[in-house]
Amino acid sequence: MITETQYAHFPSLTLDVGETLPNVQVAYETYGTLNAARSNAILVLHAFSGDAHAAGIDHEGKPGWWANMIGPGKAFDTQLYFVICANVLGGCRGTTGPSSLNPATDKPYGLSFPGITIGDMVRLQKMLIDKLGIARLLAVTGGSMGGMQALEWAASYPEAVEACIPIASTARHSAQQIAFNETGRQAIMADPDFNRGDYYDKTPPGRGLSVARMIGHITYMSDESMREKFGRRLRERQEFSYDFGADFEVESYLRYRGTQFVGRFDANSYLYITKAMDYFDLSAGYPSLAASLERAQSRFLVVSFTSDWLYPSYQSQEIVNALRSRNHDVAYCELSSNYGHDAFLVDVGEQTGIVTGFLARCAREFRTPAGQVGR
Amino acid sequence: MKVREVLGRSDYALISELIPSGSRVLDLGCGGGGLLAWLKENKQVDARGVELKRELVQQAIARGVTVYQGDLEASLSEYPDQAFDYVTLSQTLQETRQPLMVINEMLRIGSRAIIAFPNFGHWRVRLSHLFSGGAPKTALFPYEWHSSPNMHYLTVLDFEESIRTQGWTVERRLFLSGHISGTILPNLMAEVAVYMFRR
Repeated sequence: MITETQYAHFPSLTLDVGETLPNVQVAYETYGTLNAARSNAILVLHAFSGDAHAAGIDHEGKPGWWANMIGPGKAFDTQLYFVICANVLGGCRGTTGPSSLNPATDKPYGLSFPGITIGDMVRLQKMLIDKLGIARLLAVTGGSMGGMQALEWAASYPEAVEACIPIASTARHSAQQIAFNETGRQAIMADPDFNRGDYYDKTPPGRGLSVARMIGHITYMSDESMREKFGRRLRERQEFSYDFGADFEVESYLRYRGTQFVGRFDANSYLYITKAMDYFDLSAGYPSLAASLERAQSRFLVVSFTSDWLYPSYQSQEIVNALRSRNHDVAYCELSSNYGHDAFLVDVGEQTGIVTGFLARCAREFRTPAGQVGR
Repeated sequence: MKVREVLGRSDYALISELIPSGSRVLDLGCGGGGLLAWLKENKQVDARGVELKRELVQQAIARGVTVYQGDLEASLSEYPDQAFDYVTLSQTLQETRQPLMVINEMLRIGSRAIIAFPNFGHWRVRLSHLFSGGAPKTALFPYEWHSSPNMHYLTVLDFEESIRTQGWTVERRLFLSGHISGTILPNLMAEVAVYMFRR
């Protein structure tokens, strides 16, 4: 399945910070077919560095970031469901972000791009879903930052979400999560090429961005998965170099992932999106997390992984307990995996089983929104 | 289809007969969600479950049942008052650390509790102990002393005493020996006792 990225345009987007962003573009892909009742649409929400290309392969032969979960016969079965994935606001993969041209100056925004939130991302996604003519999504789902967006959807647009599947996620960023993000941001801003975010016609801050990504990758794995994958193995040598070269496999791996990231990601997007994650707290402005989910009408499936220390299970349980205390329909499972936070992307066997069954049930019990003709 | 043929458990058969269509049911220690799936399919209940074992939780969710993975005793306090019509606990009461707390929580979050437990007063259990001199071992209590999940052994007589002291109102008492239900000398004859009661 060769996929095509499409683009939608909106005259403006109102942001939580109080500003209005003009001429907003959204990059998105769709897979499968929307049924006549418009009741089989699933919005997949990507994690921090993801993009609209979630499934199939693109023209360059690159598979989608969740190709093992989305496709014919997969958990998000494209023979049954119409799957949509859009690049987030603030991104650098086709949706408006700090690397986009500011229509007022005809130059890239850089740090003049307004601060954004998870709520802003979701507001823009809602505009896209409205444009596609879908009143109620069968499901919103995603891992990590994708899970935060899914929760925001269920809380902000209760009538538009039949089922919500946040995976390896949280209702609010913890001190540890903020700390790792801040370290990444400081690495970028300490790079002399950063130039206060104004580097688009110069050398980008590749060293800083690369270090930020290396830190990220460490947090996505687990002690066990790193031991298994690298151990203390040396890289293409029998002896230590004593010259700070990449002696160990793990060093070489991290350097490779860091360098590779520089080619596909914008440093300013890194700053804006990680901040949006850090600002995220679904319960902000409410007496409790449970109160912030009071209006939600979705059925929930919350999933966490045993070895995920970046988004530990207690954060998923916090969501689940808040929902249970209001008697929401919530299923929860902590799946067993050694892959750490990456598990939701790479260790999808058990995840597929529960998502498939949960979705089938939600499709059977789909509640047609008021004012729309049922099937 | 008869529930017994599907689930192969007489206590499930009785519980499913006690629960009216369309009710809100929470099944504690729901395993792979067999009973809940049956109730959903045949009685259109709003079915929820709690189960500790990961593999069973996955099974239940995969068959479309809303199950929460967690420790039964630790999970009860999160539920709001009177969220369910029936809270069921089948063959698990004897494995809980604080059975009375569990039952009182069941009666807080639901209008009625349905509890099925293996009767330690059954004559086979008594004979096993009398003749072997060791901890009783029967089909219902098959474990070695060191590998039993059971923490509290109770009999029909004991439970009746708790009903009196706690002031619960029993609506149904059902006693099972094999697949046969009867009421003669239940403390001696019943392998499994099923109680439906409220505060």
